[in-house]
Amino acid sequence: MRLTLAKALNAGLRRALEDDPKVLLMGEDIGRLGGVFRVTDGLQKDFGEDRVIDSPLAESGIVGTAVGLALRGYRPVVEIQFDGFVYPAYDQIVSQVAKMRYRSRGRSPMPMVIRIPFGGGIGAVEHHSESPEAQFAHTPGLKVVACSNPADAYWMIQQAIASDDPVVFLEPKRQYHADKAEVDEAATPPPLFSSRVVRAGSDVTVLAYGPTVRTALRAAEAAAGEGRSMEVVDLRTLSPLDLPPVLESVRRTGRAVVVHEAHVNLGLGAELAARITEECFFSLEAPVLRVGGFDTPYPASRIEEHFLPDLDRLLDAVDRSLAF
Amino acid sequence: MTTHPDPAARTADATFGPDLVEVFGPSQADGGPDLVQLLTPEGERVHHPDFDVDLTPEELRGLYRDMALVRRLDVEATALQRHGELGLWAQLLGQEAAQIGCGRALAPQDFVFPTYREHGVAWCRDVDPLHLLGLFRGVDHGGWDPAAHGFGLYTIVIGAQTLHATGYAMGLQRDGVVGTGDAARDAAVIAHFGDGASSQGDVNEAFIFAASYNAPVVFFCQNNQWAISEPIERQTRIPLFQRALGFGFPGIRVDGNDVLATLAVTRAALQRAREGQGPTLIEAYTYRMGAHTTTDDPTRYRLSSDVERWKLKDPIARLEVHLKRNGLADAAFFDDVAAEADALGARLRAGCTAMPDPDPLAIFEQVYAEVPDELVAQRDGYAAYLDSFEEAGR
Repeated sequence: MRLTLAKALNAGLRRALEDDPKVLLMGEDIGRLGGVFRVTDGLQKDFGEDRVIDSPLAESGIVGTAVGLALRGYRPVVEIQFDGFVYPAYDQIVSQVAKMRYRSRGRSPMPMVIRIPFGGGIGAVEHHSESPEAQFAHTPGLKVVACSNPADAYWMIQQAIASDDPVVFLEPKRQYHADKAEVDEAATPPPLFSSRVVRAGSDVTVLAYGPTVRTALRAAEAAAGEGRSMEVVDLRTLSPLDLPPVLESVRRTGRAVVVHEAHVNLGLGAELAARITEECFFSLEAPVLRVGGFDTPYPASRIEEHFLPDLDRLLDAVDRSLAF
Repeated sequence: MTTHPDPAARTADATFGPDLVEVFGPSQADGGPDLVQLLTPEGERVHHPDFDVDLTPEELRGLYRDMALVRRLDVEATALQRHGELGLWAQLLGQEAAQIGCGRALAPQDFVFPTYREHGVAWCRDVDPLHLLGLFRGVDHGGWDPAAHGFGLYTIVIGAQTLHATGYAMGLQRDGVVGTGDAARDAAVIAHFGDGASSQGDVNEAFIFAASYNAPVVFFCQNNQWAISEPIERQTRIPLFQRALGFGFPGIRVDGNDVLATLAVTRAALQRAREGQGPTLIEAYTYRMGAHTTTDDPTRYRLSSDVERWKLKDPIARLEVHLKRNGLADAAFFDDVAAEADALGARLRAGCTAMPDPDPLAIFEQVYAEVPDELVAQRDGYAAYLDSFEEAGR
């Protein structure tokens, strides 16, 4: 079936609800409205208000009560309406969700999924376009993944729900209703915490995730026309990192560029650059370069395209890498 | 009054969400017996033992003018969004009386902490509506000077500003401008929020801090019955104003579609705060006639009959009836206001479409008081990068 990313998530959530009666969805406006992005459209109607729960408007409350539901044996899937609204729940996520297994010596697992639409480019007002992934990837006890296309969205959400660890599940909101793609419900998906080469190339490795995968693929297409061969890796998992495919690629190309919308300073790119340098030092022809959001708050939407790493900025970095 | 539903009585497909009357009892259907009202939906002037206002015909006409112009602002902004000139607009339709009544109760030295929908209060604080349009157009995050207007920036993360308001009020206490008896000096703060935000931890913490320090702050909750798609009963199982008692200060429910009652109640609460008697919670009972924002589609979750019922309580129509019936305004007055609204609309359309996009390098401005060298280098690097395109284009 051909689905948009939002519809693929919807189908994945539906299947998870069908497969496991302990799966619950919680969030603001996810019931009758179907979520502000319609990701949960129709699910309350089909699974009832006990399993698709419209919550009061309190993010700390949503995540905190989900902790209790998980302690009672449920598998809560909570929706944070926008990236910038996750911070009231930050204490619950970092201090409670992330540490529950550790504190209880494994007696109290925390099989929770925290879905967060992330990234910019939708012309929104403040707090609706952020990329907080590094703050969660930095937190031991949490796993962090980001989907970039409908097929991954369909499988990854189900795998995240099946995971016995808490997973912060990042969804590129700009692509929710963008292009449809084929989703094969009978396929065998790759493991959740795995990175994948999504375009083979030989001159430089571009590491991307979420919304920047599309940018990287378009850049690779443009670069190919100019005789430069870019390999694109969709990281998919941000914590833990799946380094073997990354390192294998960089050893072949000798060059790596990381692209994310999040601020460059202490972003995922910093960790990747360090790991690549540690593991591939003698293969590198150039330093690992990073392209990302500037180290400023997210700007007003009329100039957000300058803040976001686009095709030109990525190709500029690729050129700089190749010039070494 | 019914209590919470009996879990044993639930059937397989029953819900946890009974409707308003089921939760609050039949007496609460239209705001209940505690609703302070001075002007009925039919435009009849009524009196209340505790709250009243004595306004001149000119002042009454002024309130009508404010509401009519603010509604026009809202209509124009909604249209500008539909034409792609704004990224988004949060409509205030139906809440004009709550906002004008509250805004006109303020003294110049008072300070307002708004949500993102207080266009009517902004109007009363002489914030140029073009600044509001600029924010929703995406040219900045709020173009006005908060101190110059006694009106803070719009806050989008719901409820956060209630704590800021409380802290600001604590500052007033320390500055000695509370309870001096000097009407030109004593000041208070108003914190706006909605029924949805009442569930946030920040709002409840603000109540505790304000009560604990007896801070001169008025919590002004516009209960417009809807938090995007979620009805009020998802947020509370008692009338919101009654929550104040649990925190240790008074709560009042006022007819938020009645500009006179809202003015009277807000004046009294502000005065109480300025005199050093501490916080008050005002629940302005109203209705969000429009969508949550221009991206929302309320037909997915609420009944049009509900909207039709609230149309009969329109805040502007009731004052218009009152003015006409009592000979307080003639046809020329209404013509003048209509012409003024047309002129405002034209000014907003022209001003909005002429608004230039900011310089891309504005991204780097005002991140810090002392700008780190690294950020300067990032800005200069991006400037050089942009220049390289211009040079290539030559």
